[in-house]
Amino acid sequence: MAVNTDKNSYTILFAVIMVLVVGSLLAFTASALRPNIKENERIEKQQNILYAMGINGNEGTGDITFVDAKQAEAEFASNVSEQIVLEVKDGKIINEMTGEEFANSKDSDKGIEPYLIDVKKQQTRVKEGKSRYLPLFISDNNGQKVYVAPIRGKGLWDAIWGYVAIDKKMVVQGAFFDHKGETPGLGANIKQRYFMDDFTGERLLSDEGVFRGITVAKGNNDPKNENKDDNEVDALAGATITGDGVSAMIKKDLKLYLPYFKNLQ
Amino acid sequence: MGILSKKDTKLITDPLADNNPITIQVLGICSALAITAELKASLVMGIAVLFVLGVGNVVISLLRNLIPSKIRIIVQLIVVASLVIIVDQVLKAFAFELSKTLSVFIGLIITNCIIMGRFEAFALGNGPWKSFLDGIGNALGYAVILIVVGFFRELLGSGTLFGIPVLGDPIEKTGVYSIGYENNGFMLMPPMALIIVGLIIWVQRSRNKDLIED
Repeated sequence: MAVNTDKNSYTILFAVIMVLVVGSLLAFTASALRPNIKENERIEKQQNILYAMGINGNEGTGDITFVDAKQAEAEFASNVSEQIVLEVKDGKIINEMTGEEFANSKDSDKGIEPYLIDVKKQQTRVKEGKSRYLPLFISDNNGQKVYVAPIRGKGLWDAIWGYVAIDKKMVVQGAFFDHKGETPGLGANIKQRYFMDDFTGERLLSDEGVFRGITVAKGNNDPKNENKDDNEVDALAGATITGDGVSAMIKKDLKLYLPYFKNLQ
Repeated sequence: MGILSKKDTKLITDPLADNNPITIQVLGICSALAITAELKASLVMGIAVLFVLGVGNVVISLLRNLIPSKIRIIVQLIVVASLVIIVDQVLKAFAFELSKTLSVFIGLIITNCIIMGRFEAFALGNGPWKSFLDGIGNALGYAVILIVVGFFRELLGSGTLFGIPVLGDPIEKTGVYSIGYENNGFMLMPPMALIIVGLIIWVQRSRNKDLIED
């Protein structure tokens, strides 16, 4: 059977059929796998928050290892003693809610827990002139409280995000960074332990209590990161823009929590 | 070689050396420059392209008598894109960790010109089995160059291989660093990948004069 594939009618028919077949195939795959993907993402968030709190499977100086995905749910429940949500507008906290209060409030999506708050959506809310909801996950280790906050910003190619654990004086206790599409071997190294571990012990405030954030600095002559009071960590080779993105998201997103921590002191 | 005839074997071995997609056809350079700062990334990219090119070539070859020539390029593009998206979704649902490692390569695979090149040059004119072998061969040829470039860039740029330090610790000054060796940070930049690919082309052509064009 020889089909005349040059005819316009055939070309259009082929295009229509192809679009229908491919379109429904992709839509079917996406919707069939959606519940699985959602669940994986939820567990991943718990693993990330636990990682920033220092609860992970790291051994020696190797790669980052999360708590096992099967145990994440239980570990999260036992380690995160409190989840709170701050509602901020124009740099002022206008409301403080517990996780439950937030889940029942009108602005939460279908009763979600605070750790599932989409930081990107919250950043958009600010642009629309609305208030922003800031989640904070608190672990209580024998009276030593650690507060984990999510951050999100721009790398070189795409989004970068992370979780930073701080104590009540805003000294970093642990950090976790991830990215969507930074260059492997360069910007993608923000997900390496040697970069993340440098943040531990760094302060977000200056001596006078002014918020300074932490800068990913080139040439700070401190590759081992021994100086913990300089608000700087050593940059990654060949990843200037990703590093700047990390500095920027720390400055921008963590500063929003400043009023809350001022009240704690 | 029971299953493969002599001609079939050539389809796999040719792209490994004398008709290599990167060094001879100069296709797929973009991804070869972008992701070869680490050996692991080179390997993962090689495997991903192996899969997509093998399957994609078969699909295009099966459809070759039906595809209208006026819109063949866009048809090829849709086949690659759908394949890659489906693989990505399945991995996200069942092998989440792996999908996180691969996510950065997804976009690079769709735009890899080797894939479009093989669809256009081979799969449209040959049967599925031959096309499959051709896809595997070209992907292997691509992977070999990526791994060689990745090996030198990671070794000289970071002093590691697969993320494991092999030359000592640059900060503590152990191993070769104790005698004054320093990592070459420039190796991590894409231009050095181009220079290494250039060196490979040079070595290859000086060994086989037939490859030199007038």
